Amino acid sequence: MKLFKYLIIISLILGLNFLYAQDKSLQTKITKNLRCLICQGQSVYDSDSEFANSLKIVVKKKINEGLNEKQIYYFLKDKYGEWILFDPVFNKNTYFLWLLPIIMFVIGGAIIFKIFIINKN
Amino acid sequence: MKIKILPLIIISLSIIVFIIFFKGLKNSNIYTPNVNIEKNIPIFTALSFDEEIKINSNEIFQGDKFYLLNIWSSWCMPCREEHSFLIDLSKNENLIIVGLNYKDKKNNALSFLSKLKNPYNFIFLDKDGTVAIEWGAYGVPETFLIHEKKIIKKVVGPINQTSFLDIKKLLK
Repeated sequence: MKLFKYLIIISLILGLNFLYAQDKSLQTKITKNLRCLICQGQSVYDSDSEFANSLKIVVKKKINEGLNEKQIYYFLKDKYGEWILFDPVFNKNTYFLWLLPIIMFVIGGAIIFKIFIINKN
Repeated sequence: MKIKILPLIIISLSIIVFIIFFKGLKNSNIYTPNVNIEKNIPIFTALSFDEEIKINSNEIFQGDKFYLLNIWSSWCMPCREEHSFLIDLSKNENLIIVGLNYKDKKNNALSFLSKLKNPYNFIFLDKDGTVAIEWGAYGVPETFLIHEKKIIKKVVGPINQTSFLDIKKLLK
């Protein structure tokens, strides 16, 4: 019975540690995808500016409040606009940005296919 | 015929790409906040400056009066520049000026107010800068004119003569 108790305690400690690590990594993941608005090229995660430090606290608070990654992005997008996200969302303003590489790849592939395979035959 | 389509596609694609990048060159790569959106004000709870008790924003922003939320700090030089405008605006009876003291030390803030006069009807404390983020601000000073729980004007940076006159116009 004692052994059982110890096992529960150990698993609880391990379990909580696991949770903590996951929270931390989620915070890191989110702040790495946020642009620091004062120190342009840097992410909020890398920056040590007043703004970035406050934003890190806000992200942490929102995670603790139970918001998921998308909800936090939505919250910040509402405040600061799309610019704050490094990873632009797929919408009518950015579909060209996302689709252009695919179009280029397909057309380039078609050209190569035509030159090297069809012409050889 | 087929052979002629290919160069046409390549040329038109490269022209499109060129136009996009050329237009992109002219875009500003500095964050420019959108100042023209009417947005609902955020609801938050923060400490009050005087007594350091928790106060909900709904207790402060109510009724159909005009409110001016000003984010300030004693260490911020532009805040000193705009202070005379705030003092001037505080004479307006239709307007309630609410301060948000951003990452400041209490003693410094108090001496700032006693030296330059206190235009604020109420001051919130924002020790870690999280309340400013609720407002979508990214620095000090920043000022929001509020009417019926909506932001009707946003001034990023210190209030100057033009924004001062704009605020006065809106108050009428």
